[in-house]
Formats: sequence, C-alpha cells, structure tokens
Amino acid sequence: MRYAETGYNLEVDLTRGNIEKVATDPKDTALYLGGLGTNAKIMWDRVPPEVEPFSPDNLLIFSTGLLCGTPAVGCNRTIVTTISPQTRLLAFSMMGGFWAPELKHAGYDKVILRGKSPKLIYLWIHNGKVEIRDAAHLKGKGAVETAELLRKELKEPKAQVAAIGMAGESRVYFASIEQGRSSASRGGIGAIMGDKKVKAIVVRGTQDVHIAQPETFMALCTEVMDYIKFREENPIPGVMPILAGLGSPQEMKVHDEKWHTENFMWGNSRVRRKDFWNDEIEKEWTETMEAARTRLVSCYNCPMTCGATISIPGLPTYMMKCFTKLTYTMAAMSNLDFGLKIAQRATEYGVDGFSAPQVMAFALELYENGILTDDDFPGMPADNEGRFYWLLDRIVRREGIGDVLANGTYWAARQIGKGAEAYAHNNIKKHEQLPLKLSMLNPIYFLMYATGEKINITQIEGQFPQAPFPEREQREEFVKNWHQVPHEKFKQYFLDWELRGENSIPFYPTVEMTCDIVDWQERMHYIDDALGMCAGLSSFPLKPPYHIHNYPKFISAGTGIDMDEESLTEATRRYRTLVRAINIRRGMRREDDKPPENHWKKRFPELEATLLDAYYKMKGWNNQGIPTEAALKELGLDYVHEDFVRREIYTGGQEAPAQ
Amino acid sequence: VRDDKKIKKIKTIRIDVDKCNGCRACEVICSAFHAEPKYSSNNPARSRIRVIRDPLADIYVPVYAGDFAVAECAGRDKYTIDGKQYDECAFCRASCPSRDDFKEPDSGLPLKCDMCEGEDEPLCVKWCITDALICEEREEEVEEREDREDLEIGLEAMASKYGMQKVIDTIARLSNKD
Repeated sequence: MRYAETGYNLEVDLTRGNIEKVATDPKDTALYLGGLGTNAKIMWDRVPPEVEPFSPDNLLIFSTGLLCGTPAVGCNRTIVTTISPQTRLLAFSMMGGFWAPELKHAGYDKVILRGKSPKLIYLWIHNGKVEIRDAAHLKGKGAVETAELLRKELKEPKAQVAAIGMAGESRVYFASIEQGRSSASRGGIGAIMGDKKVKAIVVRGTQDVHIAQPETFMALCTEVMDYIKFREENPIPGVMPILAGLGSPQEMKVHDEKWHTENFMWGNSRVRRKDFWNDEIEKEWTETMEAARTRLVSCYNCPMTCGATISIPGLPTYMMKCFTKLTYTMAAMSNLDFGLKIAQRATEYGVDGFSAPQVMAFALELYENGILTDDDFPGMPADNEGRFYWLLDRIVRREGIGDVLANGTYWAARQIGKGAEAYAHNNIKKHEQLPLKLSMLNPIYFLMYATGEKINITQIEGQFPQAPFPEREQREEFVKNWHQVPHEKFKQYFLDWELRGENSIPFYPTVEMTCDIVDWQERMHYIDDALGMCAGLSSFPLKPPYHIHNYPKFISAGTGIDMDEESLTEATRRYRTLVRAINIRRGMRREDDKPPENHWKKRFPELEATLLDAYYKMKGWNNQGIPTEAALKELGLDYVHEDFVRREIYTGGQEAPAQ
Repeated sequence: VRDDKKIKKIKTIRIDVDKCNGCRACEVICSAFHAEPKYSSNNPARSRIRVIRDPLADIYVPVYAGDFAVAECAGRDKYTIDGKQYDECAFCRASCPSRDDFKEPDSGLPLKCDMCEGEDEPLCVKWCITDALICEEREEEVEEREDREDLEIGLEAMASKYGMQKVIDTIARLSNKD
C-alpha cells in the first residue's frame, strides 16, 4: 500500500498512441519526494542534453505533488516539467487550481507525455480509462473555451481541464497552460504541449487517497487551519498590505496600487512614474475592479481567496490572479480597464502574463526608435491600446512580425539585429523578468536572481522580510513569534539589519548571512515544489503556516516515510542539485548566473563575485557553479558525477571547490 | 402511540452561497471524517456535502446529502436568481439516479449527512473559514411522536398482504424450529 501518493504514473507515447500505467519505485519517493523532485529524476534519466525542446524525445511531465489530494490545506499544485524552448533549460512551472488532486483521485501521480501526436488530440483520463481523442474541432479555440467545451462534450461537469490556447498551438515561447483560475505560465511550457499536439488533458477521478497515520496527519492539518485563521485576524504590522497576510499577494482584493504603480517600471521596463497614484486614479481603478470582479475564488482545499472571477460586459468571463492585474496596464502605459480587458483575450490565447506584455512593449520601443519600421507593422492601428491587441493577435498566430516576437525578447532581438539586443534588457537566462529597476544592490536578491533556476523571483523569494524595519522595537516585535526560522541566528540577522549605516545593504547582511538566508528561502520553495504546496501558504509569505519544523511531520504522517528536518533538507538538496545538474549538462555556467545588468544602478562586482563564490561553495558547487564530485557522492548522485566525467563537464581543473 | 410536547435541539447549517469561494475543503474533510478508520483516506466523490459549481457562471452551491430517492423527478425546473440560472438539482439533497452525488462511487450505495456525530460541530463548517457554512443550534418545541419500530411497520404490511392469522402461524412455526 502506498500512502499520499498512488504509486503509478501514466506514460503516454503520443507518436504511437500508446498508453501505459507504470508502477513507480517507492525508493525514489524517499530520495526525491515527488513533484519536482521525481520529475527532475525522470528528466535526468530520460532527456539527455542533445534533446532539443521541440524534439519528440523531450518529455512533458504533469506531476502532482507528494501531498496533493490529501487534506493538507492548500496542497493542490501541478508541477509541469519539460525543457523550455526559450531558456533551453529545465522549466518547472506550476499551477494551483483543481487539476492535481483530481489526477491523484484518478489513480496517478504523474502524466508523462513523450513523442508527438500526428494530429491535434486531447487526453481523457477517467480513473482506469484513458483515451487519446481527436481535437480537430478545438483547433484555434481559447483555453478557457476549450475547457468548457470538453466538459460539455464528455458530460463531465466535474472534470478538470488543463488546456492550451492558440499561443501553445503556435509554439509561442511564452505560451502558458491554462486551468480555470490557474495557469502554468513561465518558461513556455505551453509551446511544448502545442508541439506535441496536445490541446488539453481532461481528468476525472473518484478513488481514495490514503494516509499512513490518519490521526497525526489530521492534527497537523487542524493546526495549520487554526494558524491560518489566526493570521487572517492578525496581519503582520509594519509591512505593506500585500505582504501582511497569507496567500499570493492579494491583488484581486487590494485596491491601493500605489506601491506597484510607483515602484515598478512601465512600458518595456523603462519608466518609473513616481507621482502616478492619486485619489482620482484610486477611485477610477477601484470602480473598475469592483464592477468587473464577481467573486473572489480559491484553489482546491484552500481558504485563501487569491483569485477572482472577472466579468466585463461584452466579453466572456475569465478568472485572474495576482499580478497579471497590472502587467498589461503598465506595459501599455494605460489604465486598469484596458488591463482587465486585454487579459481576457490573453488568457484565452494562453500566454504568460509577465512575458507577453513586455514582449509587446519591447516591439513598440523598437518601433519608436526606428529599429522596426512601418513595414514591420502593416495595418497596425495608431492608438496605443489598439496596438497591443494587434500585436497580441499576431504573436499568437505567428503572423508577420508576430512570428519573431513569439520567440520572446531575447531571441527576437537577435533575429531583428540592428542593435535590438540592447532593448531586450530585462532578462535572466533569456527569460523576461518582473519590470523592476532599483538603486542599491541587495545581496539577498542578487543571489536569488543569479542562481534561482525557476528564473522567476516570486517563486524564489519569501520568508525573510524584503527590507529592514526602520525601528529596532519593530524588529524585536517581529522576531518574537517567528517560529518558522530554521535556526535562531536568523532572528539576529534581522534584528541587526538597518536601513542605513554599517548594517545596511549591500554589505549587510554579510556574505555568510546572505548565503544562509538565500539557502533557507530556496529550500522552502523546493520543498513546496515537491509536495505540491502553494508557495502562498509556505515559501512566499512572512511567517507561513508550513515551515521546516512541521513539514517533516506532514511527510512522515502522510506517506509513512520517516522524515526529520535533517533528512528532508538532504532530500531537498538532492533534487535541487539534480535540477542544477540537468542545466549544467545543457551548458549553463557561472556566466549565466546573473541578474539583468540594469536591475540595480549601484553594482559591486567584487562583492557579487564573493557572494557567488561563497554560495556555490555552500551548495557544493565549484566556481563554475558545477556540483562537485564530493557533493554529488554525498547525496548519492554518483550517476550524475559519472555522466559529468564522461561528458568532460569538468574541464581545466575546475573540479576543485570554489575558493 | 404517545404524543408529547418536547424541547428539541435542532442543528441548522446556514449556507451563504455568496461567501463560498469554491475551494471544496468541505468535501475533503467530510470524506476524511467518514473514512474507516477515521481520516485514513479521503475522496470528495464520497463526500456528503458537494459544492455544485459552475465557476464561469458564478454558481457555487454547497448542498448536503439528504434522503435516498428511488427515482428521479419527472420534471426538473430551472430557477433564475439574480440573473444566474440554476438547475433545480443544485438545491436538492436527494441521493437520486439522476446524478453521481451522494453515493459511494464503487457500490452506488446512498450517503446521508449525519452532521458529524460526536464532533462539536460538523467539520465542513469548521473548515469553511470563509463562513459560507455556519452551524446554528436552536431550540424548538416539537410534538414528538414516539416512532413505531421498523419491525412493527413491516409486520403490519405483511398482515395486510397475507392476513394476520397467516403471519401469526408463520411466526409460530419459525419459532418452533429451534
């Protein structure tokens, strides 16, 4: 009997139309947990670095997290893993919603797609019955529209659907996979789904998920629920509202957008509008949001209402969450009404709400600067908002200039030439970032941006306050009930952190402290990604209900695998190292571990080098960021070391640990 | 049959569909609580509360399992409330042939809400921290009839079918067998 997990994966060979239910090795659960951990193991074993993103040999894995489908509150994420067409590295974007628990109840931990279907299909998984079905009638349909059509066609209103829109079908490098109120957007995984000609995966499951130690597990769940209630009633004082509570930043609830609109950049991540927010705009935007928003909605088994149903007269209803609220608005230098309207079309097309607006703003900046000309935009409307719709329509169809822009700013700039590269200025590892440009280098964020292989800061940061509190009394108050810290020393780090003076950024937190903080933050995200837990209840917010002290208990009671803080940390290090190993094998090196050049005005090259060296050393990586023989063997990843040696990854005596 | 005036505690769950966030935590905890042994498994398909959902139409109705119905209704109406169209079944508690809700998924046996006997309040209410489900207890003066036992009702039916004498004879014969 397997607990929390089902012990079976669904292997689908799309080329041949073959479907198999394959039992998994319980030893892998102990070593790599589940979700991202076991996905990474499969990707390492089966997708060598020679495999191109659009090769039939690339895999597209839809995985539940280890605790998805159990009563663990907020544990509902699907971890989608593949090789990204944009970064050409491992992409492991995730989505909340309802899909992963449904798959567990259907009797599977993962759906592993390989090969390529000769024609557009969808997959229908209904407990033991799995079918590949023709999707010719869904070609060009919106992602939300597709889900509704499939539920009707199958007469299964309770089925959960993960679908791509036109962007995925056209292999747009920033195409998303949409699932009602959630989407897996980063890294262009929707393009891989489209390349494999899979329009949707529909799941319905009515089987039990078992728990190893029921009473203990339920007591842990109840503790978490009680703590959530406590935090809902007691927001953290002294931080901005979106950081005071739990869940994803509450963008659907909060109307005060002074902080985002005045601190984030507009257009192609260029312009900061320091006095943008005023009473008039606040009134107008509040009215827009309240008129459009019909309900605040949650993911499976979670009380946090981070999403919203958006109904705008004359447009189909869709669901939204988090920061997509502002990305289109700010890229187009427009207002919220425009942002909510174009996001409807973008959601049906299935594009990433971070990358898509920036790609369009980038195109218009090239046009304003004469690098692209009228010839590149035949028939484009003259008005700003009209241009964004026009560009979006062409990108998702790969028509004209849209075909170039569909590859994202990094690749498009290289195709366009004529100095366009300088305009693709906001990428890490070829991937568009949040439009944020700051002054003084922050050592914690430097390391997270540089080394975070999820390549998206919101899925790397968390736990530790983003900035020091001005008064020591406030800091003392904050650390009082900070039981989530893995070690008491973190409290001292924070207590001594000042806004100005000796103990301020960039030299405080010290290099050693910075490494500790980043390692803790990263560890919590990696645990979430294996368990399927939403970062909004764990790794992202301050003082979350899940932490390093209760997670081992959840895993032990849920799965029956003995786990303590030490062994959980080791398992996490193991698959985190494996993620890096996959990328190293695909050519990623130290030179790729860097934030956008203009992210901070004041840079400190020596300090940055020292930070990287120290962090690499702590991680067991050499000065090129390659996991060392000793580190690999300590984690039982001898097979990675053997492969590195065979492929001559360690060259020029770089096997020695960083100094 | 005795008729008595009695004070009875009646538990009511007040359902506010406007507050429902559609998370289905109620289904999760219900199915876990009723697993054998308790909490050893969970499965919303076995839950005695279901959220009738149609997210894009903004329809979210938590419904509790009530009595078993042998046959489905002959005609089913549509209700329009605040511009939203609901199927009559969206408010119906019956475990009935028209739908899979409120039945064990493998055996098809009907399920019925028992308000989580033994707990302070039904667990779905406890887990619904958006307060779409609120449990209220009120006292009501009821005329309570002492219910006749099932056996008595059964025997009466037998007597009307076969005649009282034949039933008595059969019982006598069966009791002599030992």
